[in-house]
Amino acid sequence: MFDNPDLLKMIFGRLTLDSLPFHEPILVVTFLGVAIGGAIVLGAITYYRLWGYLWHEWFTSVDHKRIGVMYIILGLVMLLRGFADALMMRLQQAMAFNGSEGYLPAHHYDQIFTAHGVIMIFFVAMPLVTGLMNYVVPLQIGARDVAFPFLNNFSFWMTVAGAVLVMMSLFVGEFARTGWLAYPPLSNIGYSPDVGVDYYIWSLQIAGVGTLLSGVNLIATIVKMRAPGMTMMKMPVFTWTALCTNVLIVAAFPVLTAVLALLGLDRYAGTNFFTNDFGGNPMMYVNLIWIWGHPEVYILILPAFGVFSEVTSTFSGKRLFGYTSMVYATVVITILSYLVWLHHFFTMGSGASVNSFFGITTMIISIPTGAKMFNWLFTMYRGRIRFELPMMWTIAFMLTFVLGGMTGVLLAVPPADFVLHNSLFLIAHFHNVIIGGVVFGAFAGIVYWFPKVTGFKLDPFWGKMSFWFWVSGFYFAFMPLYVLGLMGVTRRLRVFEDPSLQIWFVIAGFGAFLILLGILSFLVQIYVSIRNREALRDVTGDPWNGRTLEWSTSSPPPPYNFAFTPVVHDNDAWWDMKQRGYERPLGGYKPIHMPKNTGAGIVLAGISMVLGFALIWYIWWLAILSFVALLATAIGHTFNYNRSFNIPVDEVLQTERVRTELLSGHA
Amino acid sequence: MDATATTMTSSSEASKIPVFYLADEHEHADGSSTMLGFWLYLMSDCLIFACLFATYGVLGGSFAAGPSPKDLFDLPLVALNTSMLLLSSITYGFAVLAMDKERTGQMQAWLVVTALFGAAFIGIELFEFAHMIHEGATPQRSAFLSSFFTLVGTHGLHVTVGLIWLGTLMVQVARIGLTAANKRRLMCLSMFWHFLDVVWIGVFTFVYLMGVLR
Repeated sequence: MFDNPDLLKMIFGRLTLDSLPFHEPILVVTFLGVAIGGAIVLGAITYYRLWGYLWHEWFTSVDHKRIGVMYIILGLVMLLRGFADALMMRLQQAMAFNGSEGYLPAHHYDQIFTAHGVIMIFFVAMPLVTGLMNYVVPLQIGARDVAFPFLNNFSFWMTVAGAVLVMMSLFVGEFARTGWLAYPPLSNIGYSPDVGVDYYIWSLQIAGVGTLLSGVNLIATIVKMRAPGMTMMKMPVFTWTALCTNVLIVAAFPVLTAVLALLGLDRYAGTNFFTNDFGGNPMMYVNLIWIWGHPEVYILILPAFGVFSEVTSTFSGKRLFGYTSMVYATVVITILSYLVWLHHFFTMGSGASVNSFFGITTMIISIPTGAKMFNWLFTMYRGRIRFELPMMWTIAFMLTFVLGGMTGVLLAVPPADFVLHNSLFLIAHFHNVIIGGVVFGAFAGIVYWFPKVTGFKLDPFWGKMSFWFWVSGFYFAFMPLYVLGLMGVTRRLRVFEDPSLQIWFVIAGFGAFLILLGILSFLVQIYVSIRNREALRDVTGDPWNGRTLEWSTSSPPPPYNFAFTPVVHDNDAWWDMKQRGYERPLGGYKPIHMPKNTGAGIVLAGISMVLGFALIWYIWWLAILSFVALLATAIGHTFNYNRSFNIPVDEVLQTERVRTELLSGHA
Repeated sequence: MDATATTMTSSSEASKIPVFYLADEHEHADGSSTMLGFWLYLMSDCLIFACLFATYGVLGGSFAAGPSPKDLFDLPLVALNTSMLLLSSITYGFAVLAMDKERTGQMQAWLVVTALFGAAFIGIELFEFAHMIHEGATPQRSAFLSSFFTLVGTHGLHVTVGLIWLGTLMVQVARIGLTAANKRRLMCLSMFWHFLDVVWIGVFTFVYLMGVLR
């Protein structure tokens, strides 16, 4: 059989033993590490007989809280991978001077910078943000779940399927070597004939389905399921930013789907959308992908703005300053984010008028963003500020993000951009806003809502360690890149000629090392907090003296969130309840109607992953088989009409009685 | 007991304390968000078509010395095809009217007619494609043809999915009748079907009519 290449090709497509990277020692060692670590985890789960628990309580769960937590775990796991890539790049660039080639061959280095970008945006930032929204939004609006609970589970697993495909490319074949947006003609079949770009396309397509559906889901949830009394202008600001972000998701991700489908057609069917000949136009791709890509950065930052708004108001002990202007600023940013995409390629040569238009719209975005900044400052003004961890992240964000915003306005000036385009100045700018905004926001959110999720606070000492390492590490890592960028050093270089530049790369590498300590401190923080959970326990459900509805229920909240649907009279609904003598009801419970768990989501996503794998490797029989299976499973799932159940009164009574005892024991 | 004491004191002020929760369960009816959710999905799908239209708009004149719309498009055939799809939309409308009157059999009959029109549309489109490819006007020939086949083909793919969905729903109605869940699904498919009709009017105008005028 092995001497029949045609048969092998039919069975395995492009997949051969040579696809496994035995020749790259770094990858072999990584694989061994992952394999041993994975075996330990899987073994432990088996040993402690946790598979059933995980399957019934987590994997098949349609509870928005569980799904939110799983999103965040996915984001944190992928952060480790994405950051490992970052460390390797920093090391390579710090070493590759004075004739040294560094330690990474070009083939590998190019995959690393591509994977770093793709993973950090799609599989770290997106899951962290989506996870926070998933967990918090239904609680903030007084709902029991999202509008489409099954879809929520399915969305999560599609995101996981995309992440698994990206991870798979590390050990089976290779990843794209094109940069994180895979511009053609480089990403087209002529210049990237291997599987890298196909991994890129299919992992993003599969994860994109999940993202889009979760966007639809959360919009419907926010529009339709708010508690009585919560008008649009009484929604918490985080919910507002979540609404705007999800509108952006629904309005932007289809463009990504379309443009990647067209690139896929070019690669698989030989069409001529983005080729250099037969009338194709690669700049069409660049336009389309940035029509998705620019809104994408606002998709990430808006929920972070929401987190900072909640945190600032809570830890200043004051109502948020300028709620209405905050909402309008968010909406204006949402709209403007669609009118700026061309600033990513002023050098395309579209002429002075077009460049001026996009330069000006870009600069205008700084106005609503500045308004937000002042709102946070005025919220803090004369507040009783408590410098707890979430507030520290918020202040670090305010300082860092303003800096990043200003370099952004600088880049928005087309003549300046012609000089700085594709330089390390740009790299420093967007890391400045993404780390200073999204990552700090995610950490602020995680620390802020952690006690709600688990019932105990995170350890402050290790949190502060993590905070200072992250913040100082960020400045060490990226300020040198601004300098280098101004000197004209372009991005994605593997080796350098000019030895005078090396010191800046060494400083940047040191910064990356500090960030490593920050990430490790965060992991230690979680471990220490779980170990000391009894000391860090909060039984009130309201450890920060919060203002919004999620703090009115127990920590962790019961599966049904609220025994009685809250009625809202004020922006800060829970604060209002506390001020006006709200009494928690102790009886009169009713059975609660809830959606049932289902395994359909994980099964569908698993089949999608196999389909993606088959398409990447040209294993056509498997692609057809898994496509048919996907269709059959999806249709089969629609024959299940029995999707909900009632939580009996006794169970509600029992759950609420436990909370009553905890509350009185605490008082 | 602390708790009762506070209850006693605050009960005298009860008139001042507003209602903070609903004592009676307020049920979100099952599927009350489905229509909104489906609209949102349709709008996202609409954006995919918008991208394909934009791509056709940019690349539709890039013939690469190959055939142009004038050489390829057979307007009478496209008119016939268009009428198939428009008629299928009308018959779906009749099916929904029958559904509202709870006439299951009549509704199923109209759905069969709808499916036949839809299948005829797909058949004619495939015939058109086969003819073009036979003449050498393949999707690989030029950027114009790539964007043409992709735009029209994506629409055709949607109609095909609609047909599969239609068949599934007919089986489900036959099995458990016109329940609220099935009615909701039929309404979603109805929106999907009419949406494809609207998109096709765009395709017909923008691609075929304006293509021949070009």
